[in-house]
Amino acid sequence: MNSTKPLLSLKNITKTFGPLVANDSIDLDLHRGEILALLGENGAGKTTLMNILFGHYVADEGTIEIDGAPLTPGSPKESLQAKLGMVHQHFTLADNMTVLDNIMLGTEPFWAFRRNTAKAVKKIKRLSDQYEIDVNPHSMVSHLSVGQRQRVEILKALYRDTRILILDEPTAVLTPQESDHLFATLRLLVAEGLAIIFITHKLREVMAVSDRCQVLRHGKTIHLCKTADTTADKLAKEMVGGELPKVERRESKPGELLLELSDINATDKKGHQLLRELNLSLHGGEIIGIAGVSGNGQSHFADLLSGLLIPSSGSFQLLGKMIDRPNPLQMLKSGVGRIPEDRTATGVIGDMTVQENIALEKYWKNDFSSFGLLNNSALAKHTRELTKTFDVRCGGLNASARTMSGGNMQKLILARVLSEKPRVILANQPTWGLDVGATAFVHRQLIEASRNGAGVIVISEDLDELFSVADVIQVMYQGSLSPPIDPSRTTASELGLAMSGHRDVIHSMMLKEARA
Amino acid sequence: MRLEPREHSAWWLRAMVPLSAGFIALFCCSVLIIWAGASPVDALGLLIKGAVGSKFAISETLTRTIPLIFTGLAAAVAFRAKLWNIGAEGQLYAGACIATWLGTGMFDLSPWLMIPLLFAAGALAGGLLLLGPTILKTRFGVDEVVTTLLLNFIVLLFVNWLVFGPWKDPMAMGWPQAAPVVDSAVLGHIIAKTRLHWGLIIALASAVCVWLLMRFTTWGYEIRAVGHSQNASIFAGIPVNRVVVRTALISGGLAGMAGVSELCGLKGYLTLDLSPGFGYSGIVVAMLASLHPLGVILSSLFIAVLSIGADSMSRSLNISNYIADVATAVSLLAVLLSMLLTRYRIRWR
Repeated sequence: MNSTKPLLSLKNITKTFGPLVANDSIDLDLHRGEILALLGENGAGKTTLMNILFGHYVADEGTIEIDGAPLTPGSPKESLQAKLGMVHQHFTLADNMTVLDNIMLGTEPFWAFRRNTAKAVKKIKRLSDQYEIDVNPHSMVSHLSVGQRQRVEILKALYRDTRILILDEPTAVLTPQESDHLFATLRLLVAEGLAIIFITHKLREVMAVSDRCQVLRHGKTIHLCKTADTTADKLAKEMVGGELPKVERRESKPGELLLELSDINATDKKGHQLLRELNLSLHGGEIIGIAGVSGNGQSHFADLLSGLLIPSSGSFQLLGKMIDRPNPLQMLKSGVGRIPEDRTATGVIGDMTVQENIALEKYWKNDFSSFGLLNNSALAKHTRELTKTFDVRCGGLNASARTMSGGNMQKLILARVLSEKPRVILANQPTWGLDVGATAFVHRQLIEASRNGAGVIVISEDLDELFSVADVIQVMYQGSLSPPIDPSRTTASELGLAMSGHRDVIHSMMLKEARA
Repeated sequence: MRLEPREHSAWWLRAMVPLSAGFIALFCCSVLIIWAGASPVDALGLLIKGAVGSKFAISETLTRTIPLIFTGLAAAVAFRAKLWNIGAEGQLYAGACIATWLGTGMFDLSPWLMIPLLFAAGALAGGLLLLGPTILKTRFGVDEVVTTLLLNFIVLLFVNWLVFGPWKDPMAMGWPQAAPVVDSAVLGHIIAKTRLHWGLIIALASAVCVWLLMRFTTWGYEIRAVGHSQNASIFAGIPVNRVVVRTALISGGLAGMAGVSELCGLKGYLTLDLSPGFGYSGIVVAMLASLHPLGVILSSLFIAVLSIGADSMSRSLNISNYIADVATAVSLLAVLLSMLLTRYRIRWR
């Protein structure tokens, strides 16, 4: 931005984990009053770099200077004292405490007899007025929305007189409207002389909010430029290191009705309503995208279709058969392919081998076992075929799944699910944390499966993803689903309104023809 | 100081685990032996001589491995499914009780029928004893560590009542013991004039069977999947509760067989000193073997050498034979620590 001495300066940072070079002599300068977008795919080294900055890791080489003074490596305490602040993607707030308690936590002297809350409230009020961050210090965090919680996180950092604020994927949990609000706040902050590092992979936001961009790839700085001098396409190419993989859309021809949910309700053990009057009809050959801000019941909806949640009322019809008490095996046997949200915890078993993970949902089939004995050679053959067709890169059939990358793990799950030719496919956040290449692969496979006659449901918090694959979008809000929306008749910001509970906007974007 | 995960651990590092554990145990025991006023070199020599120094010593050591293999397998199978069965001691006595009930004159058959029948009955008794805590666990989430552990004391007190009361053998000159098993139920000796009995072959065969089960069957696959990740197993449609109950029956059954084998092969009658804590040693055996069924054979042998050798050493040097317990405990701790270090490295900053 300017030629003065940078506020924060990382020089020649290198960090290796065994044979993996996570950061390869990275330089990074950050000036007062600027927003620097740090871009890169998963595994490009963004998180490692920030962990080094905050003293969680010690760099093998390189130095960090803040305002000309060197920062002691490996000491989170020193980093906080140097007025570094971070807003994590997953918030670090105590839900059962008030906003005030959360903000004050850790800032008071250990031996203080009583807390000076009046002073703290005054400071919070001043900060929230100054930066137009609207939060009541006495509300319980558990009562706040996700957007408000994020504002509390920012306040928490500002309360400690932060000069350098780092935001890690801050918009992942926000609606487009809330994101705009956040960007306005960030602009105010840099106008006051703060410096901000904004970690993201959403290019639209980079173009909207940042002053400069730094692109990392495979641990190296690949590209450094002013935002004004570049375009989203150019940045995307730098990030991926080549042309973006294209996903071809094909016209959908909705076929027979496969799945019909009407007025489904479900509660948890304590009686909290998880799903509310939920309606959905899925036809063969179409992809329904489920949009929504996280925590509006998407995971319960996925549990329902996976056979893990039993509805308390409503009708659940799958391939013409009523289902009363779904269970996972029944869903599998009736042709539902499930791609779970958390691939490391429910999708694969890290301590078991690639072959054993492929077998997980089919070991009981006649092809793979007889009289209780596993047919290991048939399994090995099947696994070899699948890893080839789905391009699963792994250290052999007997490598443990833990050693695979996220993208390859997802390919393994896709291979396991799609090879059974399911009639209905449920994909919950199928590309979360995947790089561009793997994302395109997953999208291509889902589209391919649907055009071959399967009905596909994709749950995603990423609207771009839904716009690129879904034939129909339904918005999830507080446990129920909106009527089907035609993606070609709406925009991200309209959907954003629907995602925050404005149901009236939906009428204008509903599918034209009434569905049979 | 903090631990950083290693990406992969080299084979030599993993091979170091049992070796280093042995050395650490040796070192700690040497300190104690010096403290007791003896030379550790002599002590070690006497220990090894006492355990493997003669035909008789070897036969005694092998005899001791028999119950340890059974209880070690019981723990290994259960722990694989993350079912924390601490009740092998009680299950061992349950097996011995049933074998006493059936084998002391209720009927008589040829040994070829009698012995398999008693083993089957003992296994069933041990399995059923573990079934209760397991169903409490799967139905109501009751912690099986507590229930299986406490059941041990209930079973021991029950055996206490039996041998002092209804089952007390009037021919035993007042000793609290039950009547001896009939001749057809006695396991023969493998080597004449030693106590080594055919239970060893049954134990080794059991280890091989358990290995085959875990390695090549759908049951074993399910047990491993459930143990590694209950969530993923539920999601994949594996009947998790059924698998856990099945595991409990296998594990309890193996522990029950330990009781039958000790009763019919070694003691001949039920007493309260049938097992000096074999159920608990089984946990150590299984952990030293990293829960591998064939590894259980080797680690049983290791524990047997330690305890038989320490008995003999303590008699010659007049040192308490508790040194064997110390060595066992230290080697277990050392193994657990070394296994941690193969997966993590220590950073001093």
